[in-house]
Amino acid sequence: MKMPEPDKAVIERREEIISSLMKFVPSESIISEKKELSVYESDGLTAYRQVPMIVVLPETVEQISQVLSYCYNNNVKIVPRGAGTSLSGGALPLADGITLGLGKFNKILEIDYDNRCARVQPGVTNLSISEAVKGHGFYYAPDPSSQIACTIGGNVAENSGGVHCLKYGLTTNNILGLQMVLPDGEIVSLGGKHMDSEGYDLLGLMTGSEGLLGIITEVTVRILSRPTSANALMIGFDSSEQAGKCVANIIADGIIPGGMEMMDGPAIEAAEAFVKVGYPLNVGALLLVELDGPFEEVNFLIDRVKEIANSQGAVSLRVSRNEEEREQFWAGRKAAFPAIGRLTPDYYCVDGTIPRSKLPEVLARMSELSKTYGLKVANVFHAGDGNLHPLIMYDANNPGELERAENFGSDILKLCVEVGGVLTGEHGVGVEKRDLMGVMFSEIDLNQQQRVKCAFDPHQILNPGKVFPTLHRCAELGRVHIHKGKMPFPDIPRF
Amino acid sequence: MTEVLKPSDSSQLEDMVKWAIADDIPLEIVGLATKRGLGRPIIGKQGNIGNLVIGHTIDLSSLSGVSLYEPDELVLTAGAGTRVSDIEDLLESEGQQLAFEPIHMAKLYGNEGGSLGGLIACNLTGPRRIKAGAARDHVLGIKGVSGRGEYIKSGGRVVKNVTGYDLSKLMTGSYGTLAALTEITLKVLPAPENTSTLVIFGLDEKTAQRALSTAINSSHEVSGAAHLPARSSSELSLGDIRNENSSVTALRVEGFRPSVVARCESLIKLLKNFGAVEKINKENSIVFWKDVCDVGPYKERKDPLWRMSVTPTMAPTIVEKINSLIAGCAFYDWGGGLVWYKLDEYMSDSGATIIRDVINANGGGHATLVRAEDSIRSQTDVFHPQTLALAKLTARIKNSFDPQRILNPGRMYLEV
Repeated sequence: MKMPEPDKAVIERREEIISSLMKFVPSESIISEKKELSVYESDGLTAYRQVPMIVVLPETVEQISQVLSYCYNNNVKIVPRGAGTSLSGGALPLADGITLGLGKFNKILEIDYDNRCARVQPGVTNLSISEAVKGHGFYYAPDPSSQIACTIGGNVAENSGGVHCLKYGLTTNNILGLQMVLPDGEIVSLGGKHMDSEGYDLLGLMTGSEGLLGIITEVTVRILSRPTSANALMIGFDSSEQAGKCVANIIADGIIPGGMEMMDGPAIEAAEAFVKVGYPLNVGALLLVELDGPFEEVNFLIDRVKEIANSQGAVSLRVSRNEEEREQFWAGRKAAFPAIGRLTPDYYCVDGTIPRSKLPEVLARMSELSKTYGLKVANVFHAGDGNLHPLIMYDANNPGELERAENFGSDILKLCVEVGGVLTGEHGVGVEKRDLMGVMFSEIDLNQQQRVKCAFDPHQILNPGKVFPTLHRCAELGRVHIHKGKMPFPDIPRF
Repeated sequence: MTEVLKPSDSSQLEDMVKWAIADDIPLEIVGLATKRGLGRPIIGKQGNIGNLVIGHTIDLSSLSGVSLYEPDELVLTAGAGTRVSDIEDLLESEGQQLAFEPIHMAKLYGNEGGSLGGLIACNLTGPRRIKAGAARDHVLGIKGVSGRGEYIKSGGRVVKNVTGYDLSKLMTGSYGTLAALTEITLKVLPAPENTSTLVIFGLDEKTAQRALSTAINSSHEVSGAAHLPARSSSELSLGDIRNENSSVTALRVEGFRPSVVARCESLIKLLKNFGAVEKINKENSIVFWKDVCDVGPYKERKDPLWRMSVTPTMAPTIVEKINSLIAGCAFYDWGGGLVWYKLDEYMSDSGATIIRDVINANGGGHATLVRAEDSIRSQTDVFHPQTLALAKLTARIKNSFDPQRILNPGRMYLEV
């Protein structure tokens, strides 16, 4: 993985850039000491590190606008950063770029219960939105596992998911409005408290754009009334195939569970050893099914899911008897990553999505790959929506093992695309999967995506080196290739 | 010379667009051509000898048929020219549905039916918006030919996908101005086993909106929340609910039978202070919401019609203010978030200035002139005018897909 060659001329102008920035932002908002800068050298994808040239932590939208306008006119690159929890290197700094941290934008500006929305600044953490509206019986639905730390701005940039996506959607389905600053410093607002935003769906485009199109400065999120009850089933099967069939049958029966998670043998063992919540150890796959909603509905559906599970040959089945037990069921799943972390010096979390019916095939081929690469893998799987998280275990101290783990990960993602899935379900492309984009998209597809980038950012100052394997100049992409000629179809039907 | 060209596959479509680019001829993109009255009339181009080149029509109706439907994967792929009603029938046979509840708008323009491509290009979403999201929330992937004559794809067939920009959302609701859609992949969902509707008669508009908010804000998962003032409710097709002298406030509850029963009971208790709550059975519920969804009360007329997307609690105030300046009538869906407003009088701009000023001053939102004479729609902004910065960005995005403005030029905005 190579980042764009740093522009030496820009690095040489560092002091001049700092003094220019001081005209717009207070000096305490500018970090330039090497030791302090190193705090920002990586995000959640720690395999890649780069100390940024400068870090700026602005306090107002006007400051962001001025910083961007300056950078736009002086050819200085910007890497936006929320809490730095990206697992795909979306906030990996540039040696010749400014890392723009949104941490000071941490206020909830307005909660409007009657219209079921909240206006928040981008640095507010995902969980704190739900906490703020909890007293009124509301919550914000998307719940990525990093929700205690990750910020809503980053959630929008990555279109974050969580375990409740199948029923409640991803970030893109749960926001109503955005305010953002374009690379040239222009401030624009999209949507608001109304439900359909006007014109082109720029809200949809911005969500998941990985910080390449604009700096998000305000988000209006939809809040939902919290379901009155929730109950979970923990179902063990001999094989992932049976568990997969059970999932398909639940859905075919018209049931959309609030959450549906699957773990394979190695993941179950690791989780149980770590948190001791009573996961069965003699099963090949464990399925957690959570049903939420009105009490009567949950009770009714628990019985239906039980029946389906038993008819699929469940070897163990428990229904949570109370809230404490329900949380216990989830505790193992939620601790799966650190649990794997105890078994291995390092692990690499992969994130692909597949059509659910392909699960047995993908798992079988993954275990072949595991043998080929000589690296163990454990699987946790958002079973409802087909989002797969293989955890590859390796030891970075063994020469070549990191590279082997990465290649194993790439092969898994290629496999996901081959069976009709995609490269990333919720972690984003970032730098991690950048060079795999060609596996899923043709050059024409990628060029069109980059032209959209150019419509926002003609000088390509925002987060360059992420998402796209090849950087094209905007002028070059803009050309139209005209095929001068005659009407090519004398025979086609005309009316 | 205007021709109707009917590509039989995406590669023919690609060639047709390339040809139009080479000759600089604008193209009108239609699926089944039932909603031509929605949007601005397409603008022709100035020809070499000062003449107006109207352009050709690309008819996508041959790109039809469902190529993939896997009920237990909740996914369906179909050609852009596929009839929406065919898709709905197919889904129904498996107990599933398009959860966003497509609006069948053709009747507003004196037509019947409509294509999947048209539905998605216009992002038309019915009453279930408040629970299930909009059409755009159910689009997983789109293929189409851009105004560069390039066959592009975005998204895929899985729900969870953040690979690359979400161009599928960008193309949804772009009225054919970015690409001529060829194939759409949708998330489909189980249809509810049971449906009930609770109605309260005689509420004024502000009280009704509060009742709707109270219900939606509860945990009872309301999937439809509409209010029809007396004038509009008198146009409903359903005898039981139609009442010449009384408004109707309606809430839909869908799901598994025991759940629907329990939630209706809870809602009746919750709403008792607003008035007597009556319960309507499944068959009548379906007829009623179909009527609300497809703008039934204003369907058979020719009067100018507006669709407003506003802050739900502000809707009654907005309507009241507009009513004090214009003769017209309204009904509310999405708990107030969606307002259909029909004009009674002729106005040269169909009330655009007044309506938009009122919306802008009362919580924001936007208004679309969904029905008016061609002559009015070519002189008036059909879609809510954008701020300068947003208009410039919109034009740059259009330019990135269609630099020569070949596809549906002027359909959304004069410059797009």
